[in-house]
Parts: sequence; C-alpha cells; structure tokens
Amino acid sequence: MSADGRSARRTAADIASAVAAGEESAAAVLDAHLAVIESREPDLHAFVSVLGDEARERAAAIDRSVAAGEPVGPLAGVPVALKDNLCTLGLATTCSSKILEGWRPPYDATVVRRLADAGAVIIGKTNMDEFAMGSSTENSSSGPTRNPHDTAKVPGGSSGGSAAAVAAGFAPLGLGSDTGGSIRQPAAFCGVVGMKPTYGAVSRYGLVAFASSLDQIGPFATTVADAALLLEVIGGHDPADSTSLDGPAPAARSRLGEGVDGLRVGLCAQLLTGAAPDVAARVHEAAEALAVAGARVEEVSIPEFDYGLSAYYLLAPAEASSNLARYDGVRYGLRVDAPDAAAMNRATRTAGFGAEVKRRIMLGTYALSAGYYDAYYGQAQRVRTLVVEAFARAYADHDVLLGATAPTTAFAIGSKADDPLAMYLSDLFTIPSNLAGHPAISVPFGTGDDGLPVGVQVLAPALAEPLLFAVAAALEVATPQEETVP
Amino acid sequence: MTVENGPAGAHPSTAALSRADVVHVARLARLDLSEDELELFTGQLASVLDYAADVAALDLTGVRPTAHPLPVVNVLRDDVVAPSLERDIVLAMAPSVEDDRFSVPRIVGEEP
Repeated sequence: MSADGRSARRTAADIASAVAAGEESAAAVLDAHLAVIESREPDLHAFVSVLGDEARERAAAIDRSVAAGEPVGPLAGVPVALKDNLCTLGLATTCSSKILEGWRPPYDATVVRRLADAGAVIIGKTNMDEFAMGSSTENSSSGPTRNPHDTAKVPGGSSGGSAAAVAAGFAPLGLGSDTGGSIRQPAAFCGVVGMKPTYGAVSRYGLVAFASSLDQIGPFATTVADAALLLEVIGGHDPADSTSLDGPAPAARSRLGEGVDGLRVGLCAQLLTGAAPDVAARVHEAAEALAVAGARVEEVSIPEFDYGLSAYYLLAPAEASSNLARYDGVRYGLRVDAPDAAAMNRATRTAGFGAEVKRRIMLGTYALSAGYYDAYYGQAQRVRTLVVEAFARAYADHDVLLGATAPTTAFAIGSKADDPLAMYLSDLFTIPSNLAGHPAISVPFGTGDDGLPVGVQVLAPALAEPLLFAVAAALEVATPQEETVP
Repeated sequence: MTVENGPAGAHPSTAALSRADVVHVARLARLDLSEDELELFTGQLASVLDYAADVAALDLTGVRPTAHPLPVVNVLRDDVVAPSLERDIVLAMAPSVEDDRFSVPRIVGEEP
C-alpha cells in the first residue's frame, strides 16, 4: 500500500510521464506487468489472449521514439487490457464465443487506433460473457474469470476480464463495453473505477455489436483521474460511426479537484431498493461524505426506474437477435457443414452459440415477431421514453444522482448460473443510464460484510462527464481507508 | 397502442409462452434445440416474459417510442471516396471461398 492507503500501484498518468521523460523504459513497464500476469493469471483467467510479443514490439517502438526525441502520447508505455469484443487488426477477437474462434479482424476498432496514437501498449484481450451477454463472466467459451479479491466469487460482467485485470495489477487501464451495466457492475465487484460515457461520446466502430442503441465503450482504472484520462484519449467524433456525436472528446478531467461544494445531489431511492444492507450502508456513507464536502444531498424518488429492467430485457435481446443474425457461417467464423445453406446456418449457430446467447436471441426474436411486436418491443420503447423524461425531471432539481452500482457484492461462481432472471436482477441499478444514453460511473467505496468491494454509482445528464468525474473524485478522496488491494 | 386489453384485464398478446412458441421462435432464429433445451428454455423464457408483464400491461397511449436516446440529428460524413477493406484479407477469414467469392452450400432446389 502506498502512503495514502488507497493505491498500491502506479497510475497510468505516472507511468506515461516517466516513460515520456525517459526515466523509465516502456519495455521495463511492460515486463513488470507481464510478471504479475505470469504469477496470478493462472488463478484468475482474466485474459482470452495475452499479447506478449506484440506488446514488446510496441513498447520497443515507444522507447525508440523517446530516445529520438519524438513526441509520444499521453499514455506512452501504459499497458491496457482490452475486452475481446474490440476488434484488433490481425489479432484474434472472439467475444468469448466458439462462433468467432480463430477470427482475425481485418481492421482495428477506432478506440484501438486511438490507444495506439496515444502510445498505449495493448497487453491482452480480456475474457467476457459471450457477446457481452451476462453479469458474471461465466458465460465464456473459455471458462469463467475469477474475482481477484476472492477466487470463489465472480468478477461481475460482462466486462469481468478487464475489471479483474485492472484489479489484479495486470494493467493500470482497461476498456470494456457497457450495454446494461457491463462496465460499472464488474468495476464495483472488483473494487476499481468503471465508467459508461454518454451514448455516442466514444465511437463504436469495431465494437462487436450486441444492442446497438445501448452499447457504449468505456474505461476501467484504479483512479478516477486515470479513467478520465483514458476517456479523453478514446472519445470524440469518428466518421466511421454514424451514431458518434459530432464533437470532441468530453473534457473529462476539466473539473477534477473542483469538489462538490454547492452541488445538488439526489440520493435515488430506486437505486437502493433491494440493495443488501451493507451495500446500502456504504451508499449512505458516501452521500454523507459528499454532504460533509459541501454538497446538498436530498432523497429523490424516480418510480419510472422500476420498469427499466423489464424494458431493457426486451430491447437488448431484440436488438441482439437482429445483430447476431450475421453469424451464419458464410463470411467469417465457424461453419458446420450441411447439405444446404439453411441447414448449414442452423448447424453453425447451434454449435457456435452458448446457452445464454441462444436464450437472448430467442427472447428477442419473440419480442419482435408478428403479433408481439407492439406488446413487447413497442411497449419497451415507450417505457424508454418514460425513463428519459423522468431523468429530465430529476435533473431539474439535482446536478447528479447517487445510488448503488449493484445490489450486492460479488456473488459465488455458479450461484446464479441456472436462473437467468436472478442474474438479470444484478443489472437493476445500472440499466436506467443505458436506456437514457447518460454517463454514469462506479467508484469503489469501502467493503461489504464479506470484506469484498462495494461500488457507489454516480449518474449525470448527457455530456456532463466533467461534472460526473468531479463528483467521483470527491468520493474517491472520502473512500474508507480499510480498503484492500487484491 | 393498437392492442386492446382483454376482458379480464389480461393482455391477449402476452399470454403465457408455450413450448410451441419456442419451437417457432427457434426456427425463425435458425437454432436447433434438443428436447431438453426446449423444456429448459420454455420455462426460463416464460419467467423473463412474466417479469416483463408489468411493462406489457402499462397503458402508454400517446407516449412516443424512443429508438435513439439523445435528441441528435443525423451526423453525416463528407461523401468522398476512401479505400475499403482488401478483398484478399476479407476472404482469408471466410470458411469457404471459390473464385474470389464466398462459397455456400446449395440454397435452392429440392429438399435433401
């Protein structure tokens, strides 16, 4: 543990400045992280693939640039763990699915290009729930990832590999994708910072699609400032994504350190209902800490949030059933041979998709099918409008909202595997921000009765990232000191 | 809304999911299910749809649907020619290729 008791490890910002100044080589930074991976990865399985050789080449190139006096980016020499649904040119991208085994994308995702431009070193592709469908990283064709704080527990999901990698010190930064909470919930379970940006703030080009109107790429880090730095690197308009917002990256670090004096914080009842008592206690302590720091904390009720989970589990599977129609054994990935094309499609999809993906495809196909479209998909889209309008009313009186990230701390591996609905309920508090396209962040705040990390969630209106990170930074400063490093 | 509520207040379009529904949906989604999977998925999907019944039962007359969460208009790029993916690189990832094209088994003709 370092002197401030919060972070045993160096931040990305520290590493980048040391590498850029020539005080430390990117190669040495990489080797130190690969050594940690070698010792703990066999117990955790955070990675689908560790890219040791590619990363060494990249680190050497950065060191050559530093030696030559050339400019290096804001993440010079910083190892980054990348969720395996982000396309990497020529390097296997599997989405933890058998149907994409061996596929090597013909292009880089925009976020991958921007990481490279910033001098980052991609250290590996991380494990995930297949096609990002799950909340525990158990639905992976290569087996589950384990929580670095307790290997009998899940790391959360679907970006559980990236969360575990950052928590275990495999890399100071990670990228995940968040469709219904898939960055924030594993961040909470693993005791790291995880953030979902405003929809459209980060290009989705090269992110393998799950539910296109909800998916958003975002950062994992050990500190709020590092998460903000990573968002500034990956964000901003991209002509290759038609849903990318027409503007620069959010100035995520512009209000760090401003504090929360005079801010109006809404402690949201619906983001605590059903939370375990120890989790709820940490959220109340976080609210108290913000009040001590000068914020005006008031309770707020947003009953429309109660319909969010139902709407999400109609909308996301419907969009997924359409997006995943592309896995037909024709252009890439697995093909299981059969005498005619339709039989080949069926045999390929039946062999290539896992059970949860099949469930969601069927749920979505049903919600979109003739006779049910209006009752399910249409209704869910109207509920989405109710949630958007309810947020707008709440933000008339409050600058940000506060609640739990997940109802519990990390649960045991296998404990919800046979009950999809129970698994879905762990996304209860994260879904409203996805439905509205708003940014939200999970900040570690103490531990539960089981000693495992608790995440507190801050929600803000669209494009209010600077404010969101300012509040998150204030929470970070107030974090209870007994927090452990795994 | 175009769907009327039933006399008992039940929503006629969201009646309990049957095994036959799951067979139908699996066929639409091009998935083959074993008897065991059919049994398991019918129960699991029914429980999720049952949970979603609160949404299906809401009276949302006059509420417009949201497809995109933010009030943005189309963001259009300049219409300029740019390189696209190399054909050889793309075809290298295909399961089967013939004469620079994707190759698939017979699509039309008599049933096997």
